[in-house]
Amino acid sequence: MTLLHDCRDAFASTLVDLAEHDPRIVTVVNDSVGSSKLGEFGRRFPDRLINVGIAEQAMVGVGAGLAASGKIPFVSAASCFMTARALEQVKIDVAYSGHHVVLCGQSPGVAYGELGSTHHSPEDLSWLRAIPGITVVAPADPAETSAAVRWAAAHDGPVFLRVSRMGVPDIAGLDGEFVPGKSAMLREGDDVTIIATGTAVAPTLEAADVLHAEGISARVLAMATISPLDREAIVTAARETAGIVTVEEAYVCGLGGAVAEVVVEEYPVRMRRVGLRGFAPTGSTSWLFARAGISSVGIADAARALAAGR
Amino acid sequence: MTATPAELADAARRVRLRDLHMVADAGMGHIGGEFSVTDILVTLYLGVLNLEGGSERDRLILSKGHAAAALYSTLAEAGLLDESELASFTRAESALNGHPANTKVEWVEASTGPLGHGLPIGVGMALGARLDHSDRRTFVITGDGEMQEGSNWEALMVAAHHGLDRLTLIIDRNGLQQGARVVDTSDLEPLADKLRAFGCAVVEVDGHNHAELLDALASAPSEPGKPTAIIAHTHKGHPVSFMSDDPGWHHRVPSPDQVVAAREEISR
Repeated sequence: MTLLHDCRDAFASTLVDLAEHDPRIVTVVNDSVGSSKLGEFGRRFPDRLINVGIAEQAMVGVGAGLAASGKIPFVSAASCFMTARALEQVKIDVAYSGHHVVLCGQSPGVAYGELGSTHHSPEDLSWLRAIPGITVVAPADPAETSAAVRWAAAHDGPVFLRVSRMGVPDIAGLDGEFVPGKSAMLREGDDVTIIATGTAVAPTLEAADVLHAEGISARVLAMATISPLDREAIVTAARETAGIVTVEEAYVCGLGGAVAEVVVEEYPVRMRRVGLRGFAPTGSTSWLFARAGISSVGIADAARALAAGR
Repeated sequence: MTATPAELADAARRVRLRDLHMVADAGMGHIGGEFSVTDILVTLYLGVLNLEGGSERDRLILSKGHAAAALYSTLAEAGLLDESELASFTRAESALNGHPANTKVEWVEASTGPLGHGLPIGVGMALGARLDHSDRRTFVITGDGEMQEGSNWEALMVAAHHGLDRLTLIIDRNGLQQGARVVDTSDLEPLADKLRAFGCAVVEVDGHNHAELLDALASAPSEPGKPTAIIAHTHKGHPVSFMSDDPGWHHRVPSPDQVVAAREEISR
């Protein structure tokens, strides 16, 4: 049985470690200490954890004000509430103002499963990538989460960091430095390309194994940065393989839409976009993943069709 | 920091005259709200703010960013913006956008325009000052219609919870919003009681009286441990008789004849 990890643990422990050495690092939350796993941060640095209560607009604005005062705020809340309720603050106070605020969208996508679409954030990747100047990052495992947190603390600009809560395995090949805008080729292949982000990377690797057993060589790109995109890797994949499948725990206008824009502009090839479409029916996270085809079966089906020219 | 009320009144005249010509030349602006907030801005920049000391400077956020021309004109009066730049207001590639941007103009502390953004940012700045054990002050100017935005009340709760007494909110209480009187849309009264209930120390002044403004702004916090809210009673379009208290002058552009008439009244 593969050991699965909640990426919030790597997020929180890395942040405590960074804060130990950099007094500028503060956190701003909306009664989301527990759901952001920031209890330890609050015990270690009580003055540097600002809990504004259930007030997302104030939360993001306060973060911007702290950044304007020389602090490095990690604004952390359930992604559904932060990105939807405070989108104008994200746009104006953070992005347009060019502030170094790290917006940490916790438990994104359909992580809240049965709680329903009110608590899902499948839109966040699409919304955030539409705003200029924000680096949008969806790490796939604890090591990549930790590396992205360290990078975000040092990067002088707006960041959206999507921190998943559903269990993910350690992914071989993602244990190095995080470089924004650069994808990682986890499997070489020349029949078809599968580009995945965040929690979709693990089932994509399983799908690549299934395809390999069938004699289909699938290239797998882990694309942690949705904006800016690794255009070069996408265009190369379009030139060298029969088509591109994108996979994400988000509406397919997130990573899928972003990749499709590059493909259409630079080198049109067939694509299949695997991900969420429409408000979700009631169901667990794993059930919603399977229903959307974010599974080895669903991803392999999409890739197989492209490899066969369908 | 030594300006007298009479000197501030003279400066406010010059600021309004510059503003009048900026709006007339650009063919756009929000002259009503610019004239209501002018005396507040002038008193702060020329009589209250400590602008020395780099990161230790006091901060001022004009949350009612549509009054940008008044801000630019005041910055020029204070020697913080090159007077020659004012002619570029709203022109292509100008730093002087129709709403102020912190990335374009050095002394603009926050990008504003959509209402209800400045106060949460100001609370963040005041929290930042507290973390630095600094006495620097943060001032935020909102319109009164702007106080209909819920984000302001979220921010006031946070400010009061943290006892941010180095934070001062000034409400430009001209009684009008873009298309109507505030009392006819979603009335704010009893505003002072609401602000007190949200944990503020409340002071009311005549927002066109420089001595009253100077006294209230310079002596804040008026109660230790509480943010101060100053309700500055103003008139939209002040002191131009044909603009004053008329919601039609929210963003109307004066004709050449009206510019002459307004100049006359402002210069009196």
